[in-house]
Amino acid sequence: MELKHKTPLLDELESGPWPSFVSDLKREAISRKTNEKGIDYQCPAEMPEDLLGVVELSYEHGRTHWKHGGIVGVFGYGGGVIGRYCDQPEMFPAVAHFHTIRINQPSGKYYTTEYLEQLMSLCERRGSGLTNMHGSTGDIVFLGSHTPQLEEIFWELTHNINQDLGGSGGNLRTPSACLGMSRCEYACIDTQALCHYMTNEYQDELHRPAFPYKFKFKFDGCPNCCVASIARSDLSFIGTWKDDIRIDAEAVKAYVGGELKSNAGAHASRDWGPFDIQKEVVDLCPGECMAWDGSKLAIDNSNCTRCMHCINTMPRALRIGQDTGLSMLVGAKAPILDGAQISSLLVPFIKAEEPYDEIKEVIENLWDWWMEEGKNRERIGELMKRQGFQKMLEVTGLKATAQHVKEPRSNPYVFWKEDEVPGGWKGDINEFRKYHQR
Amino acid sequence: MAFISSGYNPDKPMENRITDIGPRSYEEFLPPVIKKNFGKWLYHEILEPGVLVHVAESGDEVFTVRVGAARLMTVSHIREINEIADKHCDGYLRFTTRNNIEFMVDSKDKVEPLKQDLLSRKQAGGGFKFPIGGTGAGVTNIVHTQGWVHCHTPATDASGPVKATMDVLFDDFTSMRMPAQVRVALACCLNMCGAVHCSDIAILGYHRKPPILDHEYLDKMCEIPLAIAACPTAAIKPGKVEVGGETIKSVSVNNDRCMYCGNCYTMCPSMPLADTEGDCIVLMVGGKISNRISMPKFSKVVVPYLPNNPPRWPETTDAIKKIIEVYAADANKYERLGEWAERIGWEKFFEKCGLEFTHHLIDDFRDPAYFTWRQSTQFKFTK
Repeated sequence: MELKHKTPLLDELESGPWPSFVSDLKREAISRKTNEKGIDYQCPAEMPEDLLGVVELSYEHGRTHWKHGGIVGVFGYGGGVIGRYCDQPEMFPAVAHFHTIRINQPSGKYYTTEYLEQLMSLCERRGSGLTNMHGSTGDIVFLGSHTPQLEEIFWELTHNINQDLGGSGGNLRTPSACLGMSRCEYACIDTQALCHYMTNEYQDELHRPAFPYKFKFKFDGCPNCCVASIARSDLSFIGTWKDDIRIDAEAVKAYVGGELKSNAGAHASRDWGPFDIQKEVVDLCPGECMAWDGSKLAIDNSNCTRCMHCINTMPRALRIGQDTGLSMLVGAKAPILDGAQISSLLVPFIKAEEPYDEIKEVIENLWDWWMEEGKNRERIGELMKRQGFQKMLEVTGLKATAQHVKEPRSNPYVFWKEDEVPGGWKGDINEFRKYHQR
Repeated sequence: MAFISSGYNPDKPMENRITDIGPRSYEEFLPPVIKKNFGKWLYHEILEPGVLVHVAESGDEVFTVRVGAARLMTVSHIREINEIADKHCDGYLRFTTRNNIEFMVDSKDKVEPLKQDLLSRKQAGGGFKFPIGGTGAGVTNIVHTQGWVHCHTPATDASGPVKATMDVLFDDFTSMRMPAQVRVALACCLNMCGAVHCSDIAILGYHRKPPILDHEYLDKMCEIPLAIAACPTAAIKPGKVEVGGETIKSVSVNNDRCMYCGNCYTMCPSMPLADTEGDCIVLMVGGKISNRISMPKFSKVVVPYLPNNPPRWPETTDAIKKIIEVYAADANKYERLGEWAERIGWEKFFEKCGLEFTHHLIDDFRDPAYFTWRQSTQFKFTK
């Protein structure tokens, strides 16, 4: 079927084995053009076609043809909709405005087809028929709708689908979690429950911008960090444990004997030779806390850093401990401005049990500090660097521990507080001069 | 196209309004076998690339078939996903953090029909709709940003380079011959919505020219103080310029201080910075987020410039393929790309990968730069 715009450059992205977004866009373009179901589209049927056209123009020019959004949204919310306008509206009228709607995904991204169909029907009728599954932060994204449809979409979402928008702008962004205990034996905490709880607890912070800048929560069930919390969230929640790794000695022998495949079979497409527990597990342990005497594996748990390597390598023989909780780390962000940051450890261990009061206390203390002291567009990771780790301990009421640092400072410039030094800073010059001439 | 009201009354926006209800509960969407064994999983195994089994204390098993996807996805495609999930998985499915889709079944005999069905579905151009893979020591799907499909500051497209790269790396999506998992990410400008800064391989769009100033319209279209405040390096000053014999308010940019982030353009549409020749691709490698063996680490810039070359970005995909092949041949089992580079030394990394080292790759941005220089006589000679 002939489409509205010729797309010779994009057409080259239809070949090759990987799923082509171009083929998929064309499919939707045809679906809307033919409209076999007779849908009364509330946004132009040509949206996918005009999107193909505008992207083709970008492929020709090597430049984008989108402008920044301006203020669009739904009444009473300061986030969830990102305005977007095309800079060639006459050529591509169907996508002249093409606003993004972020929809808060269910924790762990499980779906029923019934629920997805409800969303798709809405996206088809009142949007462009295009989505992102999912946006970088985790939202379900309706890609492109017109301004008059925003309130209508929100109304249908809340009234008919029992579903709210996600975050954007200077507020709590849509929290996200790994699949956690639902299908992973490494999960130290119920990430989905914690994520869902916190999302609901902080709805006001999510929908109404009151922060200096964005703030992200991500919940990882174990130190493997599958949702990248340590790199991608202002506050990273990472499951961990305090007691001993559980060992099934018979299963260890089965790995050594080759009956079980190392790393759950993750290296199966290549012959790496027979499994060598000494070389592949014991020698790679960063805590150097493991020993293998030829028949028995011993772990000195007091020197274990819970890196997950041995457990990942022999999942049927080794299991996480049972005294589980999470570590909280603060301040990850992309490079603007002073460079990228990975989160820094603030709370080494905290229990994760409803109603999560201790966790909420840390969160709210951090927010109070950041809302008071943070500059416009300053992430909490930058505030932490500007005012120092000590300040963060002070505002959260947490005590410094050696776990907070990789190494102690190598300069002696300690900024002592007056009350830490006996007698304070009010010296008596006359008393001093009694013993020291001018 | 007659307007159809949802029930919303624009004259009374608060009437019957529902707000702050949050997302639907995940518990509604868990497949029965998952719900039954929640928190009671014993172990898992990757049966073949893209196919996992998880075994619970109860003895129940859940088999997962993981497939790749373009994250830009249409209603028609998602309906096809639904059709598959209805046919094989009792109407349940899930998405992964890295834009893969997981179809789960509760017995082994359901796996093969599901796989056959998934692999039989092809696009018009011949590509797989549902390629199976993305597990274990291989290349999984690329997480990425919007690019030319939907963003105002990108230096490159996102969906296109991702498609081109995954075509080149396809065999490593469907197999597990790597020393460890290889996570590729793409961000289309240095604001990094995609937070690619801790990826094994990061593809980054980068502008190389300061904004062009549309003086005539700047004061009319922008709040000048906001544009000035948006600049992270304080490169923008208020200024007066002559346009058509008239003195008007505008801004001036200290081009030497500009880091091409586009934040001013976000605030002020009269300061565009996209440029066909200026915009390019940067490759960064060796980052990781997992705490496994070594601590999480940042990706490092190893190629400061590759041409932004649509529709298939051959220079970029060639460079990535080369780095991955050298890594696959040289690294130890379990060693992530960054761990390997650190073990052999970055000077050896450049030698082995045949990448040119230029002055652009030496950090000169603020304090952290010093800590990346070599305060030692220990180094390796390279050819």
